Amino acid sequence: MSIELSIINSVTIRDSKVYKNGQLIFKSEPDLVISKFLKGIYRDQNLKYPKFFKMDSLSKFGYLGVEILTNANIQDKETALIFANSASSLETDEAYARTMAEFPSPSLFVYTLPNIMLGEISIRHQLRSENIFLVSEAFDPALFIDYSRGLFQQEKADKVLCGWVNLHNNEYDVFLWEIARSGGIDFNEEELKKLYLPTHE
Amino acid sequence: MSDLHTELKKSIIEQLNLEDMEVSEIENDEHLFGDGLGLDSIDALELIVLLEKDYGIKLTDPNQGKEIFNSINTMADFIEKNRVR
Repeated sequence: MSIELSIINSVTIRDSKVYKNGQLIFKSEPDLVISKFLKGIYRDQNLKYPKFFKMDSLSKFGYLGVEILTNANIQDKETALIFANSASSLETDEAYARTMAEFPSPSLFVYTLPNIMLGEISIRHQLRSENIFLVSEAFDPALFIDYSRGLFQQEKADKVLCGWVNLHNNEYDVFLWEIARSGGIDFNEEELKKLYLPTHE
Repeated sequence: MSDLHTELKKSIIEQLNLEDMEVSEIENDEHLFGDGLGLDSIDALELIVLLEKDYGIKLTDPNQGKEIFNSINTMADFIEKNRVR
């Protein structure tokens, strides 16, 4: 049985800009190094979470995206997380590999898995929910739709946060959205592509 | 405050990414873990790496860590006595 679901919020972080529900909410000068861009968003959003500074860049993107998407407040602690990307944690894996020649860095090592981002988000919001991190070649709406529908149908969650959070070679592509049983635009492949693509091409 | 105390505070802020913190905000006798600076277990590993990298000190007994990393004062004392560079 197919159920109707809605996308109630979305966030895109791309090309030095941050959009929430299609509206530009932050813009930095182009070609800024990623760490400064991320810190710029953090300061602009007036966030107070010192652990942010210890995260790798991939987790920072996920953390910031969720804070913006949810106005830094997830009330339903059963909210599930379905995230994916194509580069896994390669950026941090490479940084860690470089430290191995001399003193392997413990703080880099702990981020050498992409699903650590989900742990960071869950710790921040005290979530005790279902989560999964998938690695696929490109953004694949069907993947998110299948997993989300499954969770709603099995009544494992009433809200789901989905995210495509990719980072490699200093290029990033971040798209997050929130799904509920009603209250927004239809959650289907066509609408998802429309939300993902406008600033992407 | 000795140069070593200041140097340690700068290294800790840099190595442990305590970006919102200034050298002047860390007291010499303040606890580094728990309710002091609030460092965690990964930070402890980074401090062990820092001792070896900057001062040539290799900790052989992990249980020593609790005492050595109690505060900037205890770290500085240990480094003064054991540094090889």
